[in-house]
Amino acid sequence: MRKRRIIPVSLLSEKLMQAVGKIYCQPDTEVIRLIEETASSESNPLARDMLQSIVDNTRYAVEDGTPCCQDTGSVVMFIELGEDISFDQGNVTELICATLEEAWERYYLRRSNVEEPLISRRVLQNRVVPIIHWKLVPGDRVEVIIGLKGGGAENMSVQKMMAATATVDEVKEYIVEEVVKTGGRPCPPVIVGVGIGGNFEESALLAKRALFDPLGRRHPDKDYATLENDILTLINTRGRGVMGMGEGPTALAVHIRTKSCHIASLPLAINLDCHAHRHTRFVL
Amino acid sequence: MRTLKLDLPLNPSIIQSLDIGDKLLLSGVLYTARDKAHQRLLQLIAAGERLPFDLSSSTLFYCGPSPVPPNKICGAIGPTTSSRMDPFTPTLLEHGLRVMIGKGDRSEEVQKAIRQHNAIYLVAVGGVSALLARCVTSFELSAWEELGPEAIYKMQVHDFPCYVGYV
Repeated sequence: MRKRRIIPVSLLSEKLMQAVGKIYCQPDTEVIRLIEETASSESNPLARDMLQSIVDNTRYAVEDGTPCCQDTGSVVMFIELGEDISFDQGNVTELICATLEEAWERYYLRRSNVEEPLISRRVLQNRVVPIIHWKLVPGDRVEVIIGLKGGGAENMSVQKMMAATATVDEVKEYIVEEVVKTGGRPCPPVIVGVGIGGNFEESALLAKRALFDPLGRRHPDKDYATLENDILTLINTRGRGVMGMGEGPTALAVHIRTKSCHIASLPLAINLDCHAHRHTRFVL
Repeated sequence: MRTLKLDLPLNPSIIQSLDIGDKLLLSGVLYTARDKAHQRLLQLIAAGERLPFDLSSSTLFYCGPSPVPPNKICGAIGPTTSSRMDPFTPTLLEHGLRVMIGKGDRSEEVQKAIRQHNAIYLVAVGGVSALLARCVTSFELSAWEELGPEAIYKMQVHDFPCYVGYV
């Protein structure tokens, strides 16, 4: 029998509360640093003014304890669970929900979910329903990635089963066009997550997971890294700029994640995040 | 880029004098309304009933604010995607609405209706809710509390920054 590491669920709860307490007002600091840098070299006054307001907003949000965006989002979590750990209590998902509910009350976050999606669409009160992707991995650690995902950028998501024989240029063109046509709706400058391969649902998960990679990280394969770079350049050449007003950057980074797929398929998914890119990672 | 300080409601001659890309610092009253509130406004119009506020003298802000913490004037304030309101907007323009604030593009039909009614669509930067919240001097529920963030809220703003999208 392998020795198991016991992790108190109270530790998970404490770290989760800290994570939400940080990201609801503070977007990814690398994004803000890049926006500040872009603003200082931007020649168009309209784009510069809007970019500067994003930089100023982060300072005010942290100072005032105000959410950096009123859409405090859906909670998305990727949890990697080491095979050699046990929690000291059961019902971990319920504990996560309870902790998030406490965070929502403590920080006055917006009730952005409905009870059910179609018939009544009543606003869901007194409960936060996270979207959690669990993965079992070797080892005795738990890694948690948490993001607060706004609805405007999420609505721009695309999944497409491309022809298996599609060329790199066709895939590139498709991604660029899909991002460009979103205009100002996803709050550009955006971060572009792309999933290529897997299957229908796996491609979407790859795209989502790619969003939460460190800003501007390169795909380990140099051909995909080149593709990331080419797509970013094309989006910024053809895109509609900051908030779709025609000037300045449309995207800050393109992250591609890839996986083996069926010989008949070329699954592709695109998921965008707004400049209020709220995510963090912690390890237990 | 011109920057103009203007009081709400905007009168027709001022609307006509504005150009796409102008920055406006608005002072006056905004009413929030997003998806659900738009559905209800159109139901009231179809039924010939009175609206919670006078459309022709009001500025609509597509916004679902976050809750107001104790000892604060308001929570986080910012625009939501305007195109979701496109199906409802021509009817509201026909019934007097002239000024809308949101983010992102509008449909061809809405752009045409904006020109036809001498109306204006203003873009606020999304995701800068703490900055916009600092411009709010008063905030209260106006109608339909049960809609939570989708209720109609009335807020007084001072030097609220936005940019001319369509005119």
